[in-house]
Amino acid sequence: MYETSDIRKGLKIQIDGVPFAVVDFQFVKPGKGVAFTRTKLRNMMTGAVIERTYRSGEKFEPANLEERQMQFIYVENNMFVFMDTATYDQIQLSEEQLGDNRYYMKDGIMVNVLLFDQKAIGVTPPNFVELKVVSTEPGFKGDTSSGGTKPATLETGLEVNVPLFINQGETLRIDTRTASYTERVKK
Amino acid sequence: MAFVRFSNESLQKEPERLETLRKRHAILAAIRRFFDAQGFVEVETPCVVLSPGLERNLDALEVIGAGRTKFLNTSPEYHMKRLLVAGLPRIYQICKCFRRDERGPLHQTEFTMLEWYRCVADWNDLMRDTEELVAIVAGTINNGTTRIRGRYAPIDLTPPWERISVAAAFQRYADTNLDDLLPDEERFYRLLVERVEPRLGRERPVFLTHYPADMACLARLDPADPKVAERFEAYVDGIELCNGFSELADPEEQKRRFENELRARRASGKIEYPVDQRFISALERGLPECGGNALGVDRLIMLILGANRIDEVMAFSETDL
Repeated sequence: MYETSDIRKGLKIQIDGVPFAVVDFQFVKPGKGVAFTRTKLRNMMTGAVIERTYRSGEKFEPANLEERQMQFIYVENNMFVFMDTATYDQIQLSEEQLGDNRYYMKDGIMVNVLLFDQKAIGVTPPNFVELKVVSTEPGFKGDTSSGGTKPATLETGLEVNVPLFINQGETLRIDTRTASYTERVKK
Repeated sequence: MAFVRFSNESLQKEPERLETLRKRHAILAAIRRFFDAQGFVEVETPCVVLSPGLERNLDALEVIGAGRTKFLNTSPEYHMKRLLVAGLPRIYQICKCFRRDERGPLHQTEFTMLEWYRCVADWNDLMRDTEELVAIVAGTINNGTTRIRGRYAPIDLTPPWERISVAAAFQRYADTNLDDLLPDEERFYRLLVERVEPRLGRERPVFLTHYPADMACLARLDPADPKVAERFEAYVDGIELCNGFSELADPEEQKRRFENELRARRASGKIEYPVDQRFISALERGLPECGGNALGVDRLIMLILGANRIDEVMAFSETDL
């Protein structure tokens, strides 16, 4: 069991059978009053963020979470299918369960699948993923310095702002934590 | 929120922090000038005490090796009132207070308290002291302006400050009738921290007044309505800055209040600190009619300098030890 004093960002707890991750927290106490910890918690099943206030000393059940490295193999009936390459076990996740992470699901990519009570609830992609540009305005030759940006659509449907010199067909390194362009990959 | 911490060695590399410490000194000097000019005597009372404060929601640090069981004070109140009885009618003190298990953006276990008492006076006089003090001190630091930045909007500190009773604030901000809420202390404080406090003092400071009698262990009750006490707190930018009241002078009533706090401590399994018998004896000798106020100096400095966290205005916080 955790207590309010164990609360820190990223801590995973479960409330009424639902896993939550602590997004933010703050100790509050009126001078002569009762001490509380106010929290912002992200529902790990739905992504919804809720606010809860706990009295100091209240206890929490840890969320029974497990991560398993699996390979994304294909999409079938709008379900993303992942496979454990050692055991060949397969699991499926819907587009909603993946959220924005669906934009990094390139064939064959290895991801960490998050399991809650043995059921898959989401994935964590690698911090960097290489994705090909499928459409963008033509690049300007010679403009490799700083300057403006333009939108580009990548092979998974992700839209990012890229430097003006980027062309269709090129491969980009994307930071999945910020969903942003980091550099061009020479192939 | 990110703040580069500094160690003893790197003091010289932290020009910003050093500037904060210079301003902190200027604020402390301005506070002392404010009271000195009005004939207050600055006093020092013990940090290591027998009775650290009996209020049910205050916990003290125990001191090992000081003879009888002793504690670090959570407030200098009992000793300062003994000095009032001894014959100093206007006193102030800037001292460290210590409260167990209080750590956060607005809390440190060890913090600096400004506490003052004025005879012959009541809570109204103390509220006037407070608004004048804060406006004057802020003006000294910010080139004469009494506006501070505020998290939501600029805040004008010019007196007089708005006053709103606890009951009216709960009605206005939590849509709750206080009489329905009490005596559920936990629900009271839960609504206070979730709904009421964040709304207080956003554009102008505000005094929250008339606390429920049960939440004012050392304050005089309102003669017109003994369900509430002549206790106030000031809020600026949603932050609780001070706690003051018309002081309770009746020794019998004070003993009953202490018993009440001790019962609550017992019920929640907390240490029952001893009653300060010399404080009770002092009340028996006769406490003049007076008011007192305790103000968090670190928080005042935070507000004036626009800091985000209490540890930003301290030379060393608990994580810098």
